[in-house]
Amino acid sequence: MPNHATIERSLSLLSMLALLVISIGGLVEIVPLFRIETTVEKVAGMRPYSPLEQMGRNIYTREGCYLCHSQQIRPFRDEVDRYGHYSIAAESMYDHPFLWGSKRTGPDLARVGLKYSNAWHLAHLEDPRSVVPVSIMPAYAELKNRDLDLTSIPDHLTALRKVGVPYTDTQIKTAIDDAKAQASGVDTDGLLARYPKARLGDFDGQPNRVTEMDALIAYLQVLGTLVDFRDARLDPGAK
Amino acid sequence: MSTASTSLAPAGSIPGLNEAIVRRFTLATVIWALFGFAAGTWVATLLAFPHLNMGLEGSFGRLRPVHTTGVILGFGGNALIATSFYVVQRTCMVGLWGGKRLANLFFWGYQAFLVIAISGYVMGITQSKEYAEPEWYADLLLLVVWVTYFAIFAGTIARRREPHIYVANWFYLAFIITVAVLHIVNNLAMPVAITGTKSYSAFSGVQDALIQWWYGHNMVGFFLTAGFIGIMYYFVPKQAERPIYSYRLSIVHFWALIFLYIWAGPHHLHFTSLPDWTQTLGMAFSIMLWMPSWGGMINGIMTLSGAWGKLRTDPILRFLVVAVAFYGMATFEGPLMALKSVNALSHYTDWTVGHVHSGALGWVAFVAFGALYYMVPRLWRRPLWSIRLVEWHFWIASIAIVLYITAMWVSGITQGLMWRAYDAMGFLQYSFADSVAMLHPYYVIRALGGVLYLTGGILMTINFVMTIRQPASREDKAAVSPAVTA
Repeated sequence: MPNHATIERSLSLLSMLALLVISIGGLVEIVPLFRIETTVEKVAGMRPYSPLEQMGRNIYTREGCYLCHSQQIRPFRDEVDRYGHYSIAAESMYDHPFLWGSKRTGPDLARVGLKYSNAWHLAHLEDPRSVVPVSIMPAYAELKNRDLDLTSIPDHLTALRKVGVPYTDTQIKTAIDDAKAQASGVDTDGLLARYPKARLGDFDGQPNRVTEMDALIAYLQVLGTLVDFRDARLDPGAK
Repeated sequence: MSTASTSLAPAGSIPGLNEAIVRRFTLATVIWALFGFAAGTWVATLLAFPHLNMGLEGSFGRLRPVHTTGVILGFGGNALIATSFYVVQRTCMVGLWGGKRLANLFFWGYQAFLVIAISGYVMGITQSKEYAEPEWYADLLLLVVWVTYFAIFAGTIARRREPHIYVANWFYLAFIITVAVLHIVNNLAMPVAITGTKSYSAFSGVQDALIQWWYGHNMVGFFLTAGFIGIMYYFVPKQAERPIYSYRLSIVHFWALIFLYIWAGPHHLHFTSLPDWTQTLGMAFSIMLWMPSWGGMINGIMTLSGAWGKLRTDPILRFLVVAVAFYGMATFEGPLMALKSVNALSHYTDWTVGHVHSGALGWVAFVAFGALYYMVPRLWRRPLWSIRLVEWHFWIASIAIVLYITAMWVSGITQGLMWRAYDAMGFLQYSFADSVAMLHPYYVIRALGGVLYLTGGILMTINFVMTIRQPASREDKAAVSPAVTA
């Protein structure tokens, strides 16, 4: 192949061609996702996570929960029967990063919100085998003893706003109070106005503390609950 | 075919040859191999016996990336760097560009990145993107380190005293360039504070998912495939003492492989909220990818034409060739699992874990073992201490792979079937917990496979330690391992 000899005698030609060749596929697949409007359909009900939910999400990522639990229900009869309506793109539009997962050592959690009581989640996280005897999940009882870092919450929301989550100035200003209100279940009017459907505590059985356990359960309880799938406009035929 | 002859030049005639850095990366490869195999065995044991869990810091969720980073970037990365520096100097007939200090700086920079990243996971510092877990500050360090790697490697090629760039170096070059692109794009993130560890991905939801799996799948495609094919293209012909089977095939499969691989990422997202057209593209290219993958396999295995008998007597060559066979198997299984109808069953199950490990244990690690056994006697100028120990390593590791893969096939397919089973009344037949209870025996077998694989790694380490502790051989030329003279 005389033509290829030209390429393999030139470092710059070989490098540039390789860069070009590996760029094509990524560009064709990724760029349109940011340009095509139908990639993320518009649905009613989606809102950014409340401060406590977002901090709970950070604990979920910190502990690597996504390595055993997916958050993405596929459109199969058995998955819809087991977990609920299949996942739609809008439901993870505020997820930085996405946590769809790739493995189900444990069940999918995309719609685990409100399926169990706060007390069940507390008991399960403290000692999984006390409620599911065959579970192989690690215990997370320690989270109950760890105070949530409240002071940094506004910084977290600010960083999220910079990557596109539409938190308002008010939401950032009231973030710490909103987290306390959600974890205690006291003075929740402002919280519920800003974050409709937020599940209220006390989650961890310690009303005077805001712990990492409060945050994690608040997050689990909101998963999959924001979009109302009884709304006819969400009919798959109209998609 | 000047390409094959260039690699046969004696090392003594290369000006500025830097073997000290290759020795360093070789030792780092062995150390990270032991670390990564041990971590993998431990997390496998945790899944079989969850009551062994020790606190948050010792939980599966925090330790799993310790294993994956330890084996992929630690063992695999150091093996790629060690071999690429060994190969590039010999095939370009010139020492490494940038001198010894830059090479040493690169070495310590890369090890520092690994230690910072891995210790971070234990402390709960993670981006929670699979295989891209290191947080923003570790990512920046890796970026600097990686640019240094490119500069040293490309700089050496630029100064070469051979007209042609040897085929192994094409693959190394494509691997280094592509990993840089993947690393930069997938790790774009906004730190919460410049003094803190936490950051938020620049992308969200469906876009983040595709970018992550474009990254994730191409870390397999370029880190664990293209780079290791570079290893194959130098060490298989050297150990077999035969030229590469087909120069033309190497050209075709190189360009086809790097072009097609990049498209395959969406097969990790079948039936998700990713748009259907993207999923279909990912599936179609995954199937096309079978061809260049097998092109590489054929080129590697057929290099043994006329030398098949060596497989009986030379366990080092056997490591290299069985690796290529596993590569062929894993790259057949991959397109199969990328078919949407198969993926519907296999996704989210242990089948995926088994598939990854047939590639990782069978292909990546075996070809690295073969290259290490080839390099160590030559780098330290001493004959390999025991070829029988290599035989033991080969067979123990092979049994380990069989245990691992079959356990994961059975448990994975069983999971998939249990989740979709309906009873005669039209209800789901099994609760999710039923599918967890079923796993235990397979997880025990898998952990046992891990113990055996780690044992093989320990035997290799003993062999290298004993080799290096021997008195230096009189001859200054590259020592020849007993297997080659046999």
